[in-house]
Amino acid sequence: MSAGAELRAELVRAVAAVIDRHAEELTSLDQAIGDGDHGLNMKRGFDAVLADAANLSAKPWPDFLKGAGTMLVMKVGGASGPLYGTLFMALGKELPAEPGRADLARAFRAAIAAVQARGKSERSQKTMLDVLIPVAEALEAGTFEAAAVARTAHAAAEATIPLKAVRGRASFLGDRSIGHMDPGARSSALLIEAIGSVLEKA
Amino acid sequence: MESVGVVIVSHSPKVAEGAADMVRQMVGEEVPLAWTGGNPSGGLGTDVGQIMSAIDRAWSDAGVVLLVDLGGAETNSEMAIEMLPDERRGKVLICNAPVVEGAVVAATEAAGGSSVDLVRQTAEEYSAR
Repeated sequence: MSAGAELRAELVRAVAAVIDRHAEELTSLDQAIGDGDHGLNMKRGFDAVLADAANLSAKPWPDFLKGAGTMLVMKVGGASGPLYGTLFMALGKELPAEPGRADLARAFRAAIAAVQARGKSERSQKTMLDVLIPVAEALEAGTFEAAAVARTAHAAAEATIPLKAVRGRASFLGDRSIGHMDPGARSSALLIEAIGSVLEKA
Repeated sequence: MESVGVVIVSHSPKVAEGAADMVRQMVGEEVPLAWTGGNPSGGLGTDVGQIMSAIDRAWSDAGVVLLVDLGGAETNSEMAIEMLPDERRGKVLICNAPVVEGAVVAATEAAGGSSVDLVRQTAEEYSAR
């Protein structure tokens, strides 16, 4: 197995493991302001990616990301499927076969634009974008140290607590969505931490 | 030309099937009709692959309209439409209308031989009343 393939396989194991460990927590966050299926949905999607890890990780970065994203679209079952699926598929479309840091920062920003279009959402609407956009800004500012990026992501997820949801199921709650962390922001922060800690060792 | 097809997408297979039953009873058999509901594990939710398959079952060269319920059903339906082959993608429209009323109104309009744009417009106007 090539070094790239081993790194991709490790990334798949890391993201599947972090979603598995936090599935109940994500579900309980979603029970507060959504329909209570975020943890289970994400686990079904990332378990499917894990089950296909050997096949997926043998592909070069663009095809690997596109394949993983498509699987999330098909398996997650909630709105998170198309949103996370679009994120990974767009990353696959934007990244070259041998990506460097500058490629990553640029591709991540482009992938966020694709997620925004898919979800018809913007920053400060209590969604995963509230984590992804500050992380993109950190990468663009040259911050690639995994611990620093993870801190940015977790602080951004915490910052969704006082926000009022205007997109998704949580928006039906109006003011009652205030005071709860957005489950998609939390899952985004967990994924970014897991991905960062694998990439840093590479 | 055959009439526009109608697809009902709900988080709940029971809601989707029940809405389809109402369309069949009120509009009859001449409109291509399919429904889908439930996530890939059989719980409440929607499934992009199943939505694509429902569009296929209700396919008409005149086009297909989708009636969808809450949030994820719309996002997953938009994703399903994007993943269709190029020659089909432009003929599939989501109606911004309530599932049950929208499906009945859309199917009634479709049965009269209207275009896919007019079928959607009629379903959406009904809901705006």
